[in-house]
Amino acid sequence: MIGGPVIQTRSLTKSYGRLNAVRDLDLFVGANRITAFLGRNGAGKSTTIKLLLGMIYPTGGEATVLGARVAESKESREMRRRVAYVAENKPLYPYMTPAQMIRFVSSFYPDWRSDAAERLMKEYELPADRKVKSLSKGMRTKLALLLAFARRPDLLILDEPSEGLDPVGIEQLLQTLVAQSAEGISVFFSSHQITEVERIADHVCILDKGRLLVDASLDDLRQSYRRIDLVFRSAPVEHEFRMTGVERIETSGHQMRVLASRNAEMVVERAHALNAVSVETSPVGLRDIFLETVRDN
Amino acid sequence: MFLKLNSNAGQPIYLQLMEQIRHAAETGALKDGEQLPSVRNLAEELVVSPNTVVKAYSELEHEGLIELRHGSGAFATLRRRTRFLTDHVQAARRRIRDLIERLREDGLLDEEIRRAFEAELLHAAETAAKR
Repeated sequence: MIGGPVIQTRSLTKSYGRLNAVRDLDLFVGANRITAFLGRNGAGKSTTIKLLLGMIYPTGGEATVLGARVAESKESREMRRRVAYVAENKPLYPYMTPAQMIRFVSSFYPDWRSDAAERLMKEYELPADRKVKSLSKGMRTKLALLLAFARRPDLLILDEPSEGLDPVGIEQLLQTLVAQSAEGISVFFSSHQITEVERIADHVCILDKGRLLVDASLDDLRQSYRRIDLVFRSAPVEHEFRMTGVERIETSGHQMRVLASRNAEMVVERAHALNAVSVETSPVGLRDIFLETVRDN
Repeated sequence: MFLKLNSNAGQPIYLQLMEQIRHAAETGALKDGEQLPSVRNLAEELVVSPNTVVKAYSELEHEGLIELRHGSGAFATLRRRTRFLTDHVQAARRRIRDLIERLREDGLLDEEIRRAFEAELLHAAETAAKR
């Protein structure tokens, strides 16, 4: 699987009656990297993940995960053995204790790493002998993560993994994800927490209303998105700045604010050519990029 | 070596990492021949993607600031280059100090000077990236 995609979809669509939960999704998730799947609540993230794992069937289009066609039940079964999935609601057996859960789950996986499970038990401070139903939401999340991490999968798919975790728990989660990635495991996680995505992701896919709006490396986004604030002697004309890469133009009196997804230097050149009194370029964080793309959709 | 990154800045994290390691070399915090943390350890410590560390290390190797030895990790290879840089950086700081002094005499506030510097640097970086 080296070099190839770990997840690829073509025109993947899922409708519930008239509602399009996922629309014409063309997703390409590269191997050996951390990919974040960012979107608002209800954007279609969980639906996409369930489609990838064959838990629900698409209305149209197709998906391959680790080279296996999800629609082919035999291929799909093989594939799911190599994928660890942590669901949003973390389903666990409430009457078992963490120690029992670990013994139970480990029996299904020949590559199970007892050392990793033990280390994470300590790190996450999980009580071995309390019943799952009496654990806090954060504790249950940590247990679900531990069960996925100790499996040594090729691909890790996590649906809102940080949900219900406190700041310490989130830090531990991110650290574990980074460690997993260092071992060559591809990570695909959905989130609406921009700060965590910004810290660890190599690549980000922004989904809104079932459509993929942004699919780019975080390095590229950081380097190319710019906000340019301009001041002119007289009221500026917007159409002078309508060029490729310019996403938004706002004017207020003699001031103008341009948001560029690329070609910021061309905007600056144009501004100088038009004798701008002041030209200020500033970087745009992922939060603003996210809000802008979602607003335009 | 202490490193700090800003994930919210308009600059890729690997570039920030390169700059900080370069800075550590220029200030002497990183000595010649010293071993750098492993990719995994540094990624976990900074909570960044391991690919970010790999990218920074391989770019720095390309620049000749570090050496990647098969199986044993990354090592600083500073020598003459750094001493040369240290002198230059000190000279540059003197010039910048003079310039700032002059701008203040012209009546500019520190905040205005800072903004002007940042705007020019960003502009320069962008033009360079374009080429």
